[in-house]
Amino acid sequence: MDTALQHQAANEPTTAPAPWGRVRRSRHVADRALKITCTLFTVLGAFVLGWILLMLLVEGIGGLSPAVFTETTPGPGSQGGGIANAIVGSLIMTVLGIVVATPVGVLAGTYLAEYGKSSKLAEVIRFVNDILLAAPSILIGLFVYMLMVQPMGGYSGWAGGVALAIIAVPVIVRTTEDMLRLVPGSLREAGAALGAPMSTVIIKISWKAARAGMVTGVLLATARIAGETAPLLFTALNNNFWFNPNLMGGVANLPVMIYQFALSPYENWRELAWAGALIITMSILALSVVARLLLRKDKIR
Amino acid sequence: MSTIALNTSSAVGRSAAGNAEAPVRIAVRNLNFYYGDFRSLKDINLDFYDRQVTALIGPSGCGKSTLLRTFNRIYSLYPEQRADGEILLDGQNVLSPSIDVNELRARVGMVFQKPTPFPMSIYDNIAFGIKLYEKLPKSELDGRVEEALRKAALWDEAKDKLRQSGMSLSGGQQQRLCIARTIAQKPEVILLDEPTSALDPISTGKIEELIEQLRSEFTIVIVTHNMQQAARISQFTAFMYLGELVEFGPTNKMFMNPAKKQTQDYITGRFG
Repeated sequence: MDTALQHQAANEPTTAPAPWGRVRRSRHVADRALKITCTLFTVLGAFVLGWILLMLLVEGIGGLSPAVFTETTPGPGSQGGGIANAIVGSLIMTVLGIVVATPVGVLAGTYLAEYGKSSKLAEVIRFVNDILLAAPSILIGLFVYMLMVQPMGGYSGWAGGVALAIIAVPVIVRTTEDMLRLVPGSLREAGAALGAPMSTVIIKISWKAARAGMVTGVLLATARIAGETAPLLFTALNNNFWFNPNLMGGVANLPVMIYQFALSPYENWRELAWAGALIITMSILALSVVARLLLRKDKIR
Repeated sequence: MSTIALNTSSAVGRSAAGNAEAPVRIAVRNLNFYYGDFRSLKDINLDFYDRQVTALIGPSGCGKSTLLRTFNRIYSLYPEQRADGEILLDGQNVLSPSIDVNELRARVGMVFQKPTPFPMSIYDNIAFGIKLYEKLPKSELDGRVEEALRKAALWDEAKDKLRQSGMSLSGGQQQRLCIARTIAQKPEVILLDEPTSALDPISTGKIEELIEQLRSEFTIVIVTHNMQQAARISQFTAFMYLGELVEFGPTNKMFMNPAKKQTQDYITGRFG
């Protein structure tokens, strides 16, 4: 084989090597231009984000004080006050929302990835889920208003939690399905080849292999609903008092508080709005960082 | 060309002669296989002997893996694939709908081309299969895990890290882990689908030695692209081409004196 190649090479007429400078200058320019443009717009995006964070830090830290975490939101015209009720209210409704959304989202995502695959029903669910993912969140607020607030005769933390859950479900469905699809089919075959029924393969193998990604999805969904305002406007409302322990009636929460206080004429309200915005942003940042760490740890392993 | 021929013959010299006296363990009768409308196996009739290694060889796409995947009905995970005909395991047709497919797979184990350790500890990887069908006290389970690892020649390398992830092992070790996992279930038949094609030569050698040892206990069917490997480790060889069985016989006869010209051409590397 080797000798045959050499033979052929020796017999061929030697062609002159290609001259340098065949690449047109414009190609270099176009090449460079795309790189510069992309870099420029990335910097622009990062700059805007940095600006927002910086503004938030400057204005928010000024508004922070121990009272922020201990006192309830002040009434109109009164001095001082805090946002303790809004922080706790937000925490409760976010947890409520994610506790409702996680089983629904994980199981639906599992159906799509493991059972439905490319069946008609799965296609329809996937399509509806994508619509839900992009639905205006105020619409979901109105929906829960009709579903719960009207029949129950008033605003409640429960309605707020359900509205947030509806926002979170499609996010969790999507990430769960995507993460399960990344699990190689050979792993499922290996499980089945040992005589494991499909349910065992899913629970013990697929879920385990996709665990980090699925938890990350839930964390990102949590971050997403922690900052949602519109779904709470018509469901949990907001007020300036500690809420009922049974969560009936208005429940104070950070996003709606920020929305109302930021537009108010009172200096102390606007300061509290900044403080609240800073707290929410930092919590979401922390959740995202934890999610990233989880994924990275999984990759290393 | 001459080197290949030399290797082959010396390898045949080393492998034990096929024992046609052994009872038939698996009998394939008029087997056809379909991917959708495409018929990929055509009227296969073939016997596999008890505690012998049978190698399935043939060019890519000839249906050797497909044939292997019918024995434990793993193909039925995919709705567009189906088989008709009979595969008699100890006289019972495993293609019959009345056979519980999971029970069948516990009796007919399978090892795949790429190592597939589960995302769990080495210990749990092996305990997984055992626990599916047996409820054992911890001490007995420990014993079974050790026994399987010893038989798969992995015990010495793995005994100090049973709690570590199975993914932390090297490729060859992972493949032996998969074999350990399979034999831990005490199957009767072991199917090997190109088990060494993703491994380096040293790991390949270890797996081949292992197969030679496992033969005393299990009926083994192995798909391989490597003809020297087939010659080294098998007692019987089946040559397939385009979904048909071309020739089947004792390995030494197949490699030294094949009955058909097609077989001769394939094993001497003239096509495929």
